[in-house]
Amino acid sequence: MSDPLQTLAEIFIFPGFLFLVAFALFMAFLDRKIAARMQQRIGPPLFQPLADVVKMLGKEVIDPDGADIRLYDIIPLIAFAAVMTAFLYIPVTGYSPFAFTGDLVVVLYLLAIPAPSLFLLGWLSRNIFSTVGGIRAITQLFIYEVPFFLALLSPAIMAGSWSISAIVSWQQQNLWFIFFQPIGFIVALVGLQAKLERAPFDIPEAETEIIAGPWTELTGRRLALMNLTFSIALVAGSALIAALFLGGPVLPWTLAPAWLNPVAGMGLFLAKTLAVLMLLSSIRVATGRIRIDQLTDIGWKYIAGAAVVQVGIVLVINWLWVVP
Amino acid sequence: MPDVVIPIGPHHPALKEPVNFRIIADGEKIVRLELNLSYNHRGIEKAAEQRNFTRVLPLLERVCGICSHSHATAFAKGVEEIMGLEIPPRARYIRTIIAELERMHSHLLWLGVAAHEIGFDTLFMWVWRDREAVMDTLEEMSGNRVHYNMNEIGGVRCDLTPGQIEAALSRLPPLEERIKKYLDMVSSHETLLIRFRGVGRMTREEALQYGAVGPTARASGVDYDARRDDPYLVYGEIPWNVVTDTSGDVYGRTRVRIGELWESSQIVRYCLEHLPEGPIRADAPKNAPKGEILSRYEAPRGELVHFIRTNGTDKAERLDIRTPTLANWTSVAKCLVGHSIADIPVIVAAIDPCLSCTSRMVVVNKERGSGAAAAPCGCIVRQRPAARDRRET
Repeated sequence: MSDPLQTLAEIFIFPGFLFLVAFALFMAFLDRKIAARMQQRIGPPLFQPLADVVKMLGKEVIDPDGADIRLYDIIPLIAFAAVMTAFLYIPVTGYSPFAFTGDLVVVLYLLAIPAPSLFLLGWLSRNIFSTVGGIRAITQLFIYEVPFFLALLSPAIMAGSWSISAIVSWQQQNLWFIFFQPIGFIVALVGLQAKLERAPFDIPEAETEIIAGPWTELTGRRLALMNLTFSIALVAGSALIAALFLGGPVLPWTLAPAWLNPVAGMGLFLAKTLAVLMLLSSIRVATGRIRIDQLTDIGWKYIAGAAVVQVGIVLVINWLWVVP
Repeated sequence: MPDVVIPIGPHHPALKEPVNFRIIADGEKIVRLELNLSYNHRGIEKAAEQRNFTRVLPLLERVCGICSHSHATAFAKGVEEIMGLEIPPRARYIRTIIAELERMHSHLLWLGVAAHEIGFDTLFMWVWRDREAVMDTLEEMSGNRVHYNMNEIGGVRCDLTPGQIEAALSRLPPLEERIKKYLDMVSSHETLLIRFRGVGRMTREEALQYGAVGPTARASGVDYDARRDDPYLVYGEIPWNVVTDTSGDVYGRTRVRIGELWESSQIVRYCLEHLPEGPIRADAPKNAPKGEILSRYEAPRGELVHFIRTNGTDKAERLDIRTPTLANWTSVAKCLVGHSIADIPVIVAAIDPCLSCTSRMVVVNKERGSGAAAAPCGCIVRQRPAARDRRET
C-alpha cells in the first residue's frame, strides 16, 4: 500500500468498484439465465442487469409520505458501500492488497449490514407491507447469522488464523476445507442463501404476501443501489465461500512466466465463484418459500445444530492432529 | 406487537382479480378478517336477459375467462331442457370433450398459481408450459384458446375432423406423464409439503355447513360431484371416477385437482375414441315455452348453477348465475383464522377463486342489517343473500 495512486486504482478499478460491479452484473445475468433455463424459459440477454440499473438510475425518485428522506437516501448508500468494502478483502488474484489479520471478521460484519438496512428502510417508509417485511428481515437475520458465522469460522479455527489470505494459503499446503468440513460448506451455502433473501428464504420480500416487503417504497436510484447491493453481496458471499472452502485463487503448481500465476489464479477463482453461484441458483429454483415460523424451527434445530457439530468436529480434529 | 391491519387488495400481486381483505393480524398470526367482494359488477345477468338465445351464449362465455364453456353449456343445457330438445349424441360428446379439456386447463392453471403463491416459480413455469398442450388442442378444435364458443342451442357449432382427433390424442400421453409427475411431486417435494400440509384445514362437517362445492368440498371428504349425482351430457354413460380426499387442507385440494386432471384426460381420451357419428346439432325452435329451470353443471371450480326463467319469447326473463366461488368464500374466511399472514395467498388460492365472475349487485343497508351476513368465525362476508336462498329452492 505504498503508492497512493495504486491504492486508488485498487479501490476504484481492480479488484474494486469497476471490476466488482461488472462481475456482479454478470453474475446477476448468469443467475437469472440459469434459473430461466431450469424453468424452461429463455431468460434475459447479457446486458439486461446493466440496462435495469441504468434505467432505474434515471427513473423518478418517489419519497414515501412522512418518511425521513435524508436517512432514506443514505441507507442504500451505506449498504452498498459495506458490501463493496467487504469484497476488497477477498483475495481475487492470490492476495488482497488490503489484507490484515482479522479481515475475515470484518468481512462477515460488513456482509451483515444489508439486512438491517432493509429493516430500517422498511421501518422508515411507514408502509405496512414494508414494515412487516422489515420485521421479517431482522427476524431472519437472527436465525441465519449465527450458523453462517459458525460455519465460516470453522476454517479459521482449523487454519489457526483470522486472515482470509492465510486460510487460502493453508489450503494450498494441505487440502481444501470442503473435504474437511462438508457440513460447514452446506451450512455456509444455506446461510448465504438466507442472507441474500433468495428462495426458499425470500420471506422478507414475499411477493404474493407483502408486495415486495421493504423494497415496496424504493424507487429510482435507491432501488438501483439496493439491487446492486444484493448483486454484489451475492458476488462477495460466493467469493468468500470459494476462498474459505474451495481453495480460493491459488494454483497447486507454479506456471512458467511469473505474471501468468495471478491471471490463472484469478480465472480459477472466478470459476469457483461461478460454481458456488450455480449451487445457489439451483437451490433457488428447486424450492418454494417457507414461512418465517418454519424457518425459525428449521434454522435453530437443524442449521444451527449442524454448524455447532461442525465446529465440534473441527476442535476434535485440531486436538488429535496438531495442524502445521 | 399490537394488532396490525393489513389491507390485501383490491390490487395485490397475489390476487389477479379485485377483492379486498382487511387482515387484522397479531404479528404474523391472523386474528380476524373482513372480506369485501364485488368490485367488478358488470351487469351481465341483466345484459343476458336482453339478448335472444343465439346472442346470449357468446355473452355468457364472457362471465369467466377460464370456465367459459361451463357457463355457455349450463345455460344451453337448461334452455334445451325447457324446450324439450334432445341434442344429438355427437354434440354431447363434443361438449364433454371441450368441458374436460377446459377442466384440465383450469386445474393446470390453478396448480401453477398455487405454486406461485408459495414462491415456487419453477413448478409454476413447468405447469403453465404443459398447459399449452391443452390450450393448443382447444384452439385446434374451436379456433380459440379461451372463449371457444362451441355451444349453440341444440348442439355444437363445429365438428371435429379426424385430423383434430388424432392431434388431440397424440398430445395426451406426454401430458399424462407430466400429471403423474406432479402428483408425485405434491406428495414428495419438501417445500410443497410443508406449505400445503395442515394449511387451511376444513372438516367434512364444516365443508357441508359452509356450503363448499367442487374440489374444495371433495378434498374434505364430501363425495359429491354434479357430473355423477345429476348426470348431464355423457357423464352417465362413460367410465370415470369422482376424486376425493380426506385431509381437507390445501394438500388435499391439490391432490384432488391433480387426480381430476388425470380423470379428465381419461374422459377426453375415451370420448375421442368413442365419438359417435351423426349430426352435430338439432334444429332448435326460436322461442322457449314458459318455464323455470335450475341448471346444474360441475365447473372446474365446483358446482355452477344457472337459474333460468323463460316466458315464451326468445329471451330469458330472468337469469341468475351462482358461481362456485361464491359458495366457497365463507369457507375461506373460516380456514384463514389462526394461520399466519404467509398462508393467506395459498389458502385463498386453494378454492381457485374467480372473483369477477362472482360479482353481483350488493346493497348494504347498515340500519336494517340486510346484505351483510355475519359468519360465525368473526368475519363479515358481504354477498347477495338472494343467491343463497334461491340455491336451496
